[in-house]
Amino acid sequence: MFGKSIAELGRALAAREISAVELAQQFLDRIERHRQLNAYLDVRPDITLAQAKAADQRIARGEGGPLTGVPVAHKDIFVTRDFASTAGSRMLKGYMSPFDATVVENLADAGMVALGKLNCDEFAMGSSNENSHYGNVLNPWDKSAVPGGSSGGSAAAVAARIAPAATATDTGGSIREPAAFSGITGIKPTYGKASRWGMIAFASSLDQAGIMTRSAEDAALVFNAMLGFDPKDSTSLERPDEDYTRDLNIDMKGLRIGLPKEFFGEGLQTDVAAAVRAALDEYVRMGAELVDISLPNARLGIPVYYVIAPAECSSNLSRFDGVRYGYRAKNYADLTDMIKKSRAEGFGSEPKRRIMIGTYVLSHGYYDAYYLKAQQVRRLIADEFRKAFADCDVIAGPVTTSAAFDFGEKAADPVAMYLSDLYTIPASLAGIPAMSIPCGFGAKNRPVGLQLMANYFDEARLLGVAHRYQQATDWHLRVPAGFA
Amino acid sequence: MSLSLDDVRRIAHLARIEVTDSETEQVLVQMNSIFELIEQMRAVDTAGIEPMSHPLGGSQRLRDDAVTESDNREANMRNAPAREDGLFLVPRVIE
Repeated sequence: MFGKSIAELGRALAAREISAVELAQQFLDRIERHRQLNAYLDVRPDITLAQAKAADQRIARGEGGPLTGVPVAHKDIFVTRDFASTAGSRMLKGYMSPFDATVVENLADAGMVALGKLNCDEFAMGSSNENSHYGNVLNPWDKSAVPGGSSGGSAAAVAARIAPAATATDTGGSIREPAAFSGITGIKPTYGKASRWGMIAFASSLDQAGIMTRSAEDAALVFNAMLGFDPKDSTSLERPDEDYTRDLNIDMKGLRIGLPKEFFGEGLQTDVAAAVRAALDEYVRMGAELVDISLPNARLGIPVYYVIAPAECSSNLSRFDGVRYGYRAKNYADLTDMIKKSRAEGFGSEPKRRIMIGTYVLSHGYYDAYYLKAQQVRRLIADEFRKAFADCDVIAGPVTTSAAFDFGEKAADPVAMYLSDLYTIPASLAGIPAMSIPCGFGAKNRPVGLQLMANYFDEARLLGVAHRYQQATDWHLRVPAGFA
Repeated sequence: MSLSLDDVRRIAHLARIEVTDSETEQVLVQMNSIFELIEQMRAVDTAGIEPMSHPLGGSQRLRDDAVTESDNREANMRNAPAREDGLFLVPRVIE
């Protein structure tokens, strides 16, 4: 059952070949066998099995849908009523939310069964999952390699087949980079299509939920239930629901794939470049046409991001004061001292660093020079994408400069870590849909991802372009040794 | 631009985060290298460019000013580090 696609699982459940309870139990047993990956932070079999039982009853009544009874796990950034929600932080250890995030609720409404909560970098800040208060997640392909971050637990869980699908969030690449490092499929939609309600906020103008699965087809099926307008999120876009599977069989003949020259320059490792080139050759064989394009300001994505994201994070994380919820220091002199010590002890070093950068760039006299300036350059970057899409239908390139790096390799140098998001940040700043699909293996046999980006609201075509590649190749079907 | 130890202490105070002396020195080095990275952005000519706050623009949607939530005090307070009689407890602020 662990090798089956979501469509196959849905069909097997509908045909009563397996019950949702049996399927959930098999996954729970497998999760237990692979505890050493440290992908899950909270597993509660009684909750999962109760949800599975309800799914079985729904199927028996003839009221099941394509996802009813299919298991899913949630990144620990989404709040859940039935599982603890920690954001990977000591600050929220044991936090029990009074409500479910809209994304969690939407998938539950479709009958999906929650397997538990997945490890991630603290408050989704990181590119290696080494910033989690609850320890590193191992990369199923190579246990000395990072799984990527911040959605490292989600990526490892899908790669190790201890979840057929996992929710994730992307602020600057936190879905695409771990998907690439862990050899799976990951997609973030257009900003505003997935509700942010109940997603623990990091940088609100960038944060966007998405999904990690083994294939683009699976992602399209989950998107059908997951996305949509939510009145509870003030940045949610009021648009009609759509069928994200509608373009899965899109014709590649005449499809124009834009290649930004800035994504193939200095810094790109030869193993990643070779795998990406081979994937592009495959598209040409299928009838697509490659078009050279340029995104000259994309290189400024990192400096822009490291103003905007910390600024918004310093504002969002100011809510953690040790009063209403979260960690409170044991010893303090007065109220201010209590807040300062609670934040000093409750936050790890990366959130503290970003809060301080953000506090500085928003402080009196610096707002225009930094935050406003960054927002202006952000628009220049977004406008370049809009112009590029006049000449091409999708944009392709590498996700990262290298395959997964080793634990500890970049942990001591924040700037080196930040640079690993070079190719993912531009799409996040523009707010366009973007994804990573497996396209081969690089140095030390670690997976390599192909990044595909599309214009606003073009998720269905993006998923179709990925699906056609996955019909022609089998990289997405490869399984790490020991996880077959 | 280069920050000083005093700048870091002032920023930490504004951010309400206690920092030790050794942390202050480490944060100073890291913040200076991050701001070196950020400086690249400041050379771009952005005269007349409208700042982008939402990728698809539009104005903030407002909902009707109506009661939509029922009383959920117990559930909303159960994560509080200290509470009494339905109130959050903090150290005394008025003598």
